[in-house]
Amino acid sequence: MPAFQQPPLPYAMDALKGYISEEQMSYHYEKHHASYFTKLNKILEDDPLSEESLEDVVIASSGGTFNNAAQAWNHAFFWNCMTPSASQGPSGPLADLIDRDFRDFDSFKRQFSAAATTLFGAGWAWLAIDPTGKLSILPLGNADTPLKHNQTPLLTLDVWEHAYYVDYRNERPKFVDGFWDVTNWDFVAERLAGAVA
Amino acid sequence: MAYTLPELPYAYDALEPSIDARTMEIHHTKHHNAYITKANAALEGTDLASKPIEDVISDLSAVPADKRGAVRNNGGGHANHSLFWTVMGPGKGGAPSGELAAAIDAACGSFDKFKEEFSNAAATRFGSGWAWLYVADGKLKVGSTANQDNPLMGEAVAGIAGTPILGLDVWEHAYYLHYQNRRPDYVSAFFDVVDWDAVAERFAAAK
Repeated sequence: MPAFQQPPLPYAMDALKGYISEEQMSYHYEKHHASYFTKLNKILEDDPLSEESLEDVVIASSGGTFNNAAQAWNHAFFWNCMTPSASQGPSGPLADLIDRDFRDFDSFKRQFSAAATTLFGAGWAWLAIDPTGKLSILPLGNADTPLKHNQTPLLTLDVWEHAYYVDYRNERPKFVDGFWDVTNWDFVAERLAGAVA
Repeated sequence: MAYTLPELPYAYDALEPSIDARTMEIHHTKHHNAYITKANAALEGTDLASKPIEDVISDLSAVPADKRGAVRNNGGGHANHSLFWTVMGPGKGGAPSGELAAAIDAACGSFDKFKEEFSNAAATRFGSGWAWLYVADGKLKVGSTANQDNPLMGEAVAGIAGTPILGLDVWEHAYYLHYQNRRPDYVSAFFDVVDWDAVAERFAAAK
């Protein structure tokens, strides 16, 4: 059995339709995400790193191993950041931290959207928390992830063109805007609780 | 004077089936056009705006520091796409001849080896970027750059340095509507539309 298994999508392939079509999601999950696992397992065949957790491989690796491990991890994380039954926004300690570090929720959304929209080329927009408990927005290129920068990822949006090209073509800003309708704030709150525990 | 979108030297559907008409139209009127708009905005009010875009990206250090990133990305995008459209054509493909063919053989061993090397550069460029055949010190080389970097920008910026004579766009927007995740299929179909006469002209001018 291969060392790393692609986790199941946490909802049906068409569950986010209106934001992400079934066709777009199928390519993204069944082709792109799956192939990062296939390539990673091939690269790490007979390598002791394959005994580690995927997250530890991301932190420990570089080059092609890192690219595939990080993309495998990032996408699995990204699926969890979305839900067909989204709430309006963050609440509790997460909402307090967002207000503290970004002034208010609207201002956070504007800054995150700007980071996602202006990231040049392929990459990911992240909300992350550093070891001192401070939140920040990180636009990171290609497969790069806050895990590599001693930060804990809380939320991410994939802005590789393959994430939106079937549905939105060149209109990345529309794809970014729509993300707020499906953001899984419960997942983000759980991640925060885990990070500060 | 501001940069303007160059007309394609052929119809949007002229490169089918290698590149579909819908991709060509969006690529030209949306993506390339957006790079031009943003390059113009970045260079507005500087005395660089009157220079050919290739000259501007060949010396990014002459660009004011606060505009350099925007010119690298968007000026690069304008230069790269302008080259890309002109090294393809309907009914082209085949193989180079004459001096260009000899130089490719000298650099790569054979035309088939060149195709293998170029395809590999295109396939292994992680994320967005370009595969290039370029002239450095009178010799041909194969390489790739990230995002909208161009060998003209020099090694410190682009990782490779020289004058490109053939470029292949491997941003996902260049192939996604028709090929989705199958970049290698797109790369292989590209060779059916390469205009080797145009590449030979660029080679003669660059060497």
